[in-house]
Amino acid sequence: MSDKPKFDLGKIITESQIYKSMFRHGYSTSERDRALSVMTNVFFHLHPVKVRKSGARFGFTWCAGGLSFFVFLTLVVSGILLMFYYRPTVEHAYNDIMALREHVPFGIMRELHRWGAHAMIITVWLHMFRVFMTGSYKPPREFNWVIGVILLVLTMLLSFTGYLLPWDQLAMWAITVGSNMARATPFLGHEGPGAALLALGDIQLVHSGSDVRFALLGGRFVGAGALLRFYILHCVAIPTAVVILMSVHFWRIRKDGGISGPL
Amino acid sequence: MIDIFKNFVNAISSPVVIFSAATAVFALFVTFPRQATSKPVSLAVLIGALAFFGLGLTDKHFRSIVFMPDNVPIVGLIFIFGYFTWYAMRKAVINDMRVERGEPTVEQTETNEKVLVFPYLIFIEFVTALAYAVILVLWSIFLKAPLEEPANPTVSPNPSKAPWYFLGLQEMLVYFDPWIAGVLLPTLIILGLCAIPYIDRDPSGSGYYSFKGRKAVIVTYLFGFWILWTLLVIMGTFLRGPNWNFFGPFEAWDAHKVVPLLNVNLSELIFIKWLGIGLPKQWFIREAPGILLTALYLAVPPLILARTKLKEVYKKLGPARYQIMVFLLLMMLSLPIKMYLRWAFNLKYIVAIPEFFFNI
Ligand code: HEM
Repeated sequence: MSDKPKFDLGKIITESQIYKSMFRHGYSTSERDRALSVMTNVFFHLHPVKVRKSGARFGFTWCAGGLSFFVFLTLVVSGILLMFYYRPTVEHAYNDIMALREHVPFGIMRELHRWGAHAMIITVWLHMFRVFMTGSYKPPREFNWVIGVILLVLTMLLSFTGYLLPWDQLAMWAITVGSNMARATPFLGHEGPGAALLALGDIQLVHSGSDVRFALLGGRFVGAGALLRFYILHCVAIPTAVVILMSVHFWRIRKDGGISGPL
Repeated sequence: MIDIFKNFVNAISSPVVIFSAATAVFALFVTFPRQATSKPVSLAVLIGALAFFGLGLTDKHFRSIVFMPDNVPIVGLIFIFGYFTWYAMRKAVINDMRVERGEPTVEQTETNEKVLVFPYLIFIEFVTALAYAVILVLWSIFLKAPLEEPANPTVSPNPSKAPWYFLGLQEMLVYFDPWIAGVLLPTLIILGLCAIPYIDRDPSGSGYYSFKGRKAVIVTYLFGFWILWTLLVIMGTFLRGPNWNFFGPFEAWDAHKVVPLLNVNLSELIFIKWLGIGLPKQWFIREAPGILLTALYLAVPPLILARTKLKEVYKKLGPARYQIMVFLLLMMLSLPIKMYLRWAFNLKYIVAIPEFFFNI
């Protein structure tokens, strides 16, 4: 019995040429091998090989930054799937969402995307809260905190621009209320303080057809122009900015000496 | 019995009561962090919160608002942040006690030890991601994403609300004009957050949980986050109904509720009520008291504080950093100040120059 070689599926897989070509490293447990499995994998390689024990604890970081990143990835995936079904025009937008809900059995892609967006706001706030409570924004990490703040703003703008896309009453009026504030931007909004001063003789430079709200909405109210702009901001412009800033954020964590620890 | 409770809650609910009560609880929490995070107190608070929530759910109106699909995250947020605030403070208290006894902090005992990322950290990340994925899928199965009537620019719902994470700003619109609530304050929040590491620079408090040595900074941040942001989000979402009128948590939203608008400007108070001479014609005379008051508010406290209470801080930061810090703090405090002025005197604007859309 014991001299018969055991059938070990795990071993067959991990020693196959296919597996080795993908992962380069077999799954063995020596220290060197574990280090190599980080260094030879582009995704794991976001991490250093070794980290401070205090900083690797769940109780220290709550994994909130890592979770924000993971939530973002799930949003990218579900978002791409939604894009297959959705056309950002006034005729189609609402009906496309309706069709998604009625024609896809067990479809939860829209839910995954919407609740994921809410969750990301919470995880990012939570991450910022953790970084604050451990004083991890202090030098040399001050600039990474600033990048974080920009990521925070972009996360909320992502959520905000996405809110319009279903093109229902909830969407349209939430965006109307939100964007109305832009009317009051000092100098740049047509109801903002100082805007009246920007005039050439009798010609007002800043009016409802030329202020920041108009630029944001592509029109005087939330209409077809706004839908297209928000769609592009939501699906292309802001995600691109987020990805770039996240890369900088992660790179800076390592350049600043890894997860912070006490002196 | 439950009705008595609900009526009582509705009767005492008003922005001023809720805001003041929350501030008082907050003050207790940061004054006695050790007691506040102890097991009996935290358990009592948790049970109290759950009981209130549970009792609330017996109410149809409360249920309909709390379970409105887009509001569910706020309920989650309250419990998640409540828990983690407790958790962080608890760790800070424990570390503070260790330092008092001359022992190293918990983090210090482990900071020189290194662990391999694989499998140690990857495992933690994997489990966290998996747990999140399970929660998200369950959430998505049991709660459908909302889809209302198609967008219709001619029918505006009442109340019209921004997405929940901006409702703190929308709530500020009660007290400030849009250029302040919607533009100036958000800009200052962002700039203020960015400024934190350039003002609070001492790296000795970095990398571990602590409270004692960083009290002022942490209290400011927690006050901003919990009272000035989250509490306003909660009020804006759960307690503001048609026409942005205030309703108790168990009070049905009545679109015809009439709330008399008695707000007056500072200029009216001074020139009409106190001096009895009527409003001056020119705006710069009419608004001179308000402008003076605002200028004094921004200029005097920094000068006095630099010589008294914040003398050490001033020395450490230098004039530029110090001035920026005090300015940001004053702007932050201007929100509760304006709120209380409204509640106490029905004050509408301190400076009101509608000629230029410039109202403070
Ligand atoms: C899209 C949002 C964000 C993502 C994906 C992200 C991701 C991460 C990750 C994975 C870490 C490693 C440690 C950890 O997990 O806690 C980290 C650290 C850090 N993050 Fe973020 N972050 C985001 C937003 C923010 C925000 C809003 C801030 C602050 C305003 C911030 C400031 C920092 C700082 C200062 C560190 C270093 C902490 C330390 O060394 O202990 N990040 N971030």
